[in-house]
Amino acid sequence: MPTPTYNCIATTTLSSAQSSVTFSSIPGTYTDLVVVIQAFWTTVPSNMYIYMQLNSDTGSNYSTTILSGDGSSALSTRFSNRTNMNMDYAATLVDEEPTQRNINIMNYSNTTTYKTAIWRSNRAGAGTDAMVGMWRSTAAITTILFDLEAGDYASGSTFSLYGIKAE
Amino acid sequence: MPLITTRSNASARGYGAFLAAAAASSTSFESIATVSVGSGGASNVEFTSIPSTYTHLQIRGIARSNRAGYPNDGIIVQYNSDTGSNYAYHELSASGDGGVSAGSSANTSLQFIQGIAGSTASASVFGGFVIDILDYKNTNKYKTLRANAGYDGNGNGYRVFSSILWLNTNAINSIKFTQRSGNTWEQYTSFALYGIKGAA
Repeated sequence: MPTPTYNCIATTTLSSAQSSVTFSSIPGTYTDLVVVIQAFWTTVPSNMYIYMQLNSDTGSNYSTTILSGDGSSALSTRFSNRTNMNMDYAATLVDEEPTQRNINIMNYSNTTTYKTAIWRSNRAGAGTDAMVGMWRSTAAITTILFDLEAGDYASGSTFSLYGIKAE
Repeated sequence: MPLITTRSNASARGYGAFLAAAAASSTSFESIATVSVGSGGASNVEFTSIPSTYTHLQIRGIARSNRAGYPNDGIIVQYNSDTGSNYAYHELSASGDGGVSAGSSANTSLQFIQGIAGSTASASVFGGFVIDILDYKNTNKYKTLRANAGYDGNGNGYRVFSSILWLNTNAINSIKFTQRSGNTWEQYTSFALYGIKGAA
């Protein structure tokens, strides 16, 4: 019997500048998580990176592979043994233009595999990124922190967490 | 109860908390079936008797194959047991080494979605994928798939966008997933099939 899923777990629209947003106490009852972020930055000059950190793990257990285009050229690069995942490369945060991220965190609650996330980051005025990241931990993900390289997310930035359950 | 916590950079270092209950399950997105590979692996994963009550299909999951000598592999998609050269694909990919690659093939039976971990990837590394099969039951047009996939192995990786065309107007009622290398799916590989409804 097919079962309805893809439920909103939590969402917020920032009413004031904030330096980070954390989803915590994430239930382990879903199979995948999807996070949708539309964010601005507060200060000029800008071009700040968003970082994702899982379960408050500050160790060098994160890595990413990146496909990025800025309108004139495309490139591929990677970050290894990092203390968080870069969520963007060309589509960095600015103050005057919304940037969007759509993050799929696959099989987040299993306790046997490292965790893989695939996502896109977009800013029409700068570029588009497609990225894959790995967290070298078999722990179930219960907390997701979206931090910034510097400064604050501007008021009006939105963060939404969805759960998808496979039957 | 899930929490969202935000942290201000104001001098008071204030914290705000927002509580949000899970929304009611009244979505147009439904779980149809899931296959998780057990110990010993599996040569393929197949969904059969797919209901025709949806508009689109989505397959989500993680995968790793035992492809020898490589950290990566690819998923071969086969519809309705059609093993003929009735497929075509294009891809845009990056392996983290500087360049961006493009690939394609026409009239092939070896259409694939790269970005899956192979045997030389570090243990416990799996590729992730989200595959959309659009208008799968429409009998007036060929079928198009789009895939969003990748794996990262901390020093190697693969990120890919793919599209696959099936040169057939039949409604899709079965989908088989094998590996480009013809090996086996490793334990913990998982494929989950979802249906997306159109407007009533």
